Amino acid sequence: MSTITREHIVQWLENVAQVLAENKEYLTELDAAIGDADHGINMDRGFTKVMERLDGVRDKDIGTILRTTGMALLSSVGGAGGPLYGSLFMKAGMAVTGKHELTPEELGKLLRAAVQGVIDRGKAQLGDKTMVDALLPAVEAYEKTLQEGGDLCTALTRMVAAAEKGMKDTIPLVAKKGRASYLGERSAGHQDPGATSSYLILKALKETVCG
Amino acid sequence: MKKLVNRPEDFVREMLEGMEKAHGDLIGVNYEPRYIYRKEMPQGKVAVISGGGSGHEPMHGGFVGIGMLDAACPGEVFTSPTPDQMYEAGKKVHAGGGVLFIVKNYSGDVMNFEMATEMLNMEGIPTINVLVDDDVAVKDSLYTQGRRGTGTTVLMEKIVGAAAEWGKYDLKRLADLARKVNVNGRSMGMALTPCTVPTAGKPTFELGEDEMEIGIGIHGEPGRYREPLATADEITERLALAIIEDGPYTRTVKEWDLDAGGWKEFELTDPPFQPGDHVIAMVNSMGGTPVSELYVVYRKLHEICEKKGLTIVRNLIGAYITSLEMQGVMITLLKVDDEILEMWDKPVKTPALRWGM
Repeated sequence: MSTITREHIVQWLENVAQVLAENKEYLTELDAAIGDADHGINMDRGFTKVMERLDGVRDKDIGTILRTTGMALLSSVGGAGGPLYGSLFMKAGMAVTGKHELTPEELGKLLRAAVQGVIDRGKAQLGDKTMVDALLPAVEAYEKTLQEGGDLCTALTRMVAAAEKGMKDTIPLVAKKGRASYLGERSAGHQDPGATSSYLILKALKETVCG
Repeated sequence: MKKLVNRPEDFVREMLEGMEKAHGDLIGVNYEPRYIYRKEMPQGKVAVISGGGSGHEPMHGGFVGIGMLDAACPGEVFTSPTPDQMYEAGKKVHAGGGVLFIVKNYSGDVMNFEMATEMLNMEGIPTINVLVDDDVAVKDSLYTQGRRGTGTTVLMEKIVGAAAEWGKYDLKRLADLARKVNVNGRSMGMALTPCTVPTAGKPTFELGEDEMEIGIGIHGEPGRYREPLATADEITERLALAIIEDGPYTRTVKEWDLDAGGWKEFELTDPPFQPGDHVIAMVNSMGGTPVSELYVVYRKLHEICEKKGLTIVRNLIGAYITSLEMQGVMITLLKVDDEILEMWDKPVKTPALRWGM
């Protein structure tokens, strides 16, 4: 496996929609502990909207598919998740405009642009107990594996492992962004719902491409 | 938890349909994307728009009408609205004077309104976003999103709405007034019970029979401190003193700069209350607390203000910014000057606030 096709990307988005539907209550429970108990509901609504829009663009280039995904999330998720995941997919799409398949390096550019989109919009840093805690180490692990000569599926596997570690590492953290930040010390001891949904999305990418 | 709902996912839309039927003389409702708008918009007037998650009714939709908001964008319950809602609402009620967004300081609201601000300005409709962040329960604002936007939002919408309607303020002057209201207003709330989001079906947090949450926000999120239940007087004193004795509060805000055509960041500082200040006092029900209890709170608040040298010159007592069926109370004090008081007293005609006309 050394190319990511348009069909992979479409399948990935469909798998994400299914995974988020399955984890709707789990994500909402995580959010109830430190936020406002709507993250799973919002992400499920967002990817239901993505599925509606996907039919119109599934034969277009990967950039168009991902930008359409971002716009659908932006106009349906609401909360902080809407602009953050909307920016993630829009920036990812803008990084691969016109392409119908991607090399592992191009996927790396896509992932880097995606996480940068989230950081630019939300201004969160590593350790603030947010999506960034799963996304940034994941992208760095992916890039590092390729630089060291690893193949696509090794890079994706390490990416998911880094995302999972980043997600679990949010448990002891005190939140510094978003609604959880108002809890102060009481936000410690809970896994961040945004980092969790980010992990699920990256895991779905690896499983779609490499099984 | 028992609720008057049909299908939970239809809750917000059915509420909007009811509002449209009840107040069709004043407001209209657009459903895709969702916004409530004022029916007759005077030419040249600045359009004042707010929005936020649903579940805080009557805020914001109940304040659309004459002398207050021109449009309100409701999100799902406790979820910020999306940028396309604010963008379309702005285009709908823009009458040549530009758009002022009143934005409560929550990460979701801030980001969605910032994106809408960029979109409207790109469209050639001058738009400024002004923040409300008045909740003194948030202390360590360096390590959080900052103070939340709570009770002062209601007072700002009335005062700024009057200045746009009756004072004929232009957009920049209106933004200056909104900022002045924000830095002079402070709030703090508490909960006796949590609340249940219809689509979630479970309470947003657990609270024992003999416990209370001090320093809650307005989204059913837990508060800053969980404590044994106290008397009405003790609770009132706790909230009132936290507000009155709060020191200067400085933070950096991000607003659209019309002249530069881009974002600017600058510092704003809330001056503390001083003996001799005149204030508007709001005693607000979080949704489930009866008016009788609000008066018990107001009685004590009045006594504390007198003791501290503050004169309550106007008051507002009732449910204006709520968290669904949550039992609890929020106190807001806003220091007034002649300009703020003059605009407070101007006529207003909206579904939820009406005087003078």
